[in-house]
Amino acid sequence: MGKRSRMVQEVNAGSMADIAFLLLIFFLVTTTIASDKGILNILPPKQDPNQPPPEVELNERNIFNILVNANDQLLIEGDFRENTDGLSDEIKRFIMNFGNPDEDAVALYNSLPATLKAIAGQSPESSDHPMTGGAVVSIKTNRGTSYETYLEVLDLVKKAYFEIYAERVGLSTDEYRTLSGQSAAERELIDRGKESIPMAISIAEPDKIGS
Amino acid sequence: MAKFKKKTKADTNIPTSALPDIIFMLLFFFMVTTVLREQEILVEQKIPQATQLQKLQKKTLISYLYVGKPKNPSLYGSEPRIQANDVLINTSDILLWVNQEKDNLSEVERDQITISLKADREVKMGPISDIQFELREADARKLMYASVGKVENN
Repeated sequence: MGKRSRMVQEVNAGSMADIAFLLLIFFLVTTTIASDKGILNILPPKQDPNQPPPEVELNERNIFNILVNANDQLLIEGDFRENTDGLSDEIKRFIMNFGNPDEDAVALYNSLPATLKAIAGQSPESSDHPMTGGAVVSIKTNRGTSYETYLEVLDLVKKAYFEIYAERVGLSTDEYRTLSGQSAAERELIDRGKESIPMAISIAEPDKIGS
Repeated sequence: MAKFKKKTKADTNIPTSALPDIIFMLLFFFMVTTVLREQEILVEQKIPQATQLQKLQKKTLISYLYVGKPKNPSLYGSEPRIQANDVLINTSDILLWVNQEKDNLSEVERDQITISLKADREVKMGPISDIQFELREADARKLMYASVGKVENN
């Protein structure tokens, strides 16, 4: 008796790691880290059937037309395209064109950083100014267009806007996009990026012909 | 110089007693992050890729709609279908479903409901625009096209 109590009582813990490993591997395999990521889109409010949709008068030069047909081919501002190469830069130049700015738009232009001023082409055939009613990107699809192509186009339009916003506040595009708006400082940055340049993306009802 | 004795034998034993603790720490991390899938996805899901991803902060506000070809075509046909919760629904049922989802939220959050549209990349725009039309009718206008990140090559 006396001999036994003096022996060091130690549980063999060597296999503990093995047990933990087994559990670890189980959870590793079953884990799907929930990814709630995606492209945000705000749908327009529902239409009143008794009231016709409000007619918005826009000059042709203020609309950047993107048409996608059932074969996923693109018609951008009247030009046929097979792929979306360089589309984002074109949209950026379209938005920041400042072809016919009014007083507010001139003030906006003067507040921009030099990199954004540099892309203002001031072409009379392109958008007047990036403020409300000045530049609209219109995406029109067909019912037979694939969702993947539609999302690719929408992604590029969003990219153009985010690049402008990010450049205004002096962040990289990724940094700007991941701003959560949870703290006041982040919200201020987000607002400063967006100020006076609304994301004017018009997504038209797809047409039914040729689907 | 005698002070600096040459070490004759290096202690080669690495103490492994902390190993279980490290493993347990990892284990707990994965246990906490794991979301066991409580519903079976009945439609094909090949989520499209995009670059301009945004993350939503409040997960309780998100409701999921899955769109894609049924995995079991003999039972559900081969046309893309919509899955909400664990059943396949028709486009006309979306209105009802949105209202049910809104009822699960508190009153102040009801108009902030966000629909995460998990659509297969092979789905055509026809069904998607029908869904969007119904969502507008249901006044659930915040829509997120779920997508996974793409590696940019420029």
